[in-house]
Parts: sequence; C-alpha cells; structure tokens
Amino acid sequence: MTIALYVIAMIALAISFFKSREKTLHALKRAWKSFENILPQFLSILIIIGMMLALLTPEQISKLLGSESGWYGVLIAAAIGSITLIPGFVAFPLAAALLKSGAGYMQIAAFISTLMMVGIVTMPVESRYFGKKATLVRNAAAFGFSLIVALVMGVVL
Amino acid sequence: MKDKIMKLAKRYQIFILLLVINIVVLVISPNVGRKAFQMTGSNMLEMLSVLPPIFILLGLLDVWVKRETMIKYMGDNSGMVGVLLAFFLGSAAAGPLYAAFPVAGVLLKKGSKLSNVFIMLGAWSTTKIPLILFEASALGLKFMLVRFMMDLIGIAIISYITEKSLTQKDKDVIYQKAQQTE
Repeated sequence: MTIALYVIAMIALAISFFKSREKTLHALKRAWKSFENILPQFLSILIIIGMMLALLTPEQISKLLGSESGWYGVLIAAAIGSITLIPGFVAFPLAAALLKSGAGYMQIAAFISTLMMVGIVTMPVESRYFGKKATLVRNAAAFGFSLIVALVMGVVL
Repeated sequence: MKDKIMKLAKRYQIFILLLVINIVVLVISPNVGRKAFQMTGSNMLEMLSVLPPIFILLGLLDVWVKRETMIKYMGDNSGMVGVLLAFFLGSAAAGPLYAAFPVAGVLLKKGSKLSNVFIMLGAWSTTKIPLILFEASALGLKFMLVRFMMDLIGIAIISYITEKSLTQKDKDVIYQKAQQTE
C-alpha cells in the first residue's frame, strides 16, 4: 500500500509538473513546510513510544489480558491501547499471539480498537488542529465505542 | 543566525528534553535505554517511509484544489458525496493516525465540512484497507468483519457526537487554526 501511495504521489507530481512547474514547486514547498511544522511533535511522539515499548513488553501485556480477566482485563486492554501507539504490522501479530496464549476476544478487541482510535500520546498534535475540546470529546467517544466493540465481540465470537 | 538557532531550539525543546531523558536511561539502565532507542529508530524508519507521499499529495492538494471545489464536494451542502469521499480518503490512506491531522488541517482550510473531516479521521484510524487485510490474516476474517461493520457505525456516531459537542464559536476557532497553519 505504501508503494501504491508512492506511485500515486509520483504520477500526481508528474502531471502537476507537466501542467505547471511553478505550482509544482510551490506544492513541494508547502509539503515540506507542513511536514517541518509538525516534525518536532512527531519526533517527540516517536521517542515516547519507543520508551513505552521498551518498558511494556508483549509478555507483560499477555499476563494482564488473560481471558479470565473479564471486564477488568477489558479496561486494562483499553487503557494500554489508548496510551500506546503500536504500528499495525506489529499490533496484529501481537494480538494474534496474545489470543493464542490465552487472552480473550473481548480484551483483544478492546486493545485493537483503542489502539487505532484513541491516541493519548498524540493529543497535543490533535489539539493543535482541532482544539482541546474536540480532541477530548473525540477520544472519549472513541474510548466508549471501543468498549462497546469489546462487548459485541465477546458475544459474537 | 543566532536568532534562527534559538527559534529552532525552542521548537524542538521537548524533543531535545526527551532525547536527553532517553540518554540518561541508557546510562542508568543500558538494556531499557537501548531497546527504547531501537524502537524509536524502527518507528522513525516506518514514519519516514510512509510520510513523503502523504505530504507530497497534501502539497498538491493544497495548490491545485480550489476552495470552491472542496466546498462543493466536501463542504456544508455536499451531503452523501462528501461523506463517502471523506470515508474513501481516510480508508485509502497509509500511516499512523497522527499523520492524518495535517491532512485534516488542509481539508478544513479548503472549506470541508467539519463532520466530514471527522469521518476522514475515523476511517484513517480504523478502516484503512491495507490494515484490514492484515487484520483478517492475523485475527481471522470473522474478527475483522465484525469489527469493520461496527466501525462503520462507530465512525458515524463518533463524528456526530464530536461535532454536536462543539459550539459555533469552537468551530470558528478550528477553522481559524486551519487558515493559520501552512
């Protein structure tokens, strides 16, 4: 998918360049500026995530989320998912491994859902664009929704 | 020159502080510190690999798409077209959710409806196509499908709640922010 994105970006860039060199250069300047604008926060987030992942190992997570852990486990899973920011290609195999080692579907669903929708570490970036209120409401709503997802998953699967 | 460096240092002060903390951890507890740096390094590589095309497309969007066009397709009266477009934009994306915020900024700047921007964010966070395929292979088709169906509803509900919680003044501030950030 990343490759597809590169292909699309390159094609768009080529068309743009063909149509107007000036505008293309302007677009690239804009691209760089918006990237550099957010870069300090991106870098800070990366370090925080790195430290978190160094402290919180998959074995520890697995211990906390056994299928007997019930709603307590769901809440812990949701909390871990909200705070951490694990890339998808790490998170899904991790979730699969957790399921195998005894974690319940409810807990895993809560973990995956909050992992993707709720971002406590990224709140400063979000509120730069949306303000504090919208950021808090969106994250709280996403957290609540993730608990519902967990409940449904527990019933369906 | 000195001013410029000071300005730069100020913008990056939190990052520098965190870097120092990490180095201190590395000295006190080499294992944890080293692992943290490794994680940061691999995450940074992932970020750097996925962000360039996103920001290039963002720049092109900013320069080529007229405000009127954006308003027509994603603005206040865009209706279902705007919703679907927002959903598609988010789902076709790649990269972590925090990369979506600058994209959201440009959409707002060009006059996209706030709820549509929240839908884009929702789709970006959870129904990204490559991620869904990956989810199905790791956790099973059923797990993925149930979650996907629920997410479709969830994205709509979360967008609705978030937008309804904001007063007109809050919304104006958000649009102002979008105008200011380049």
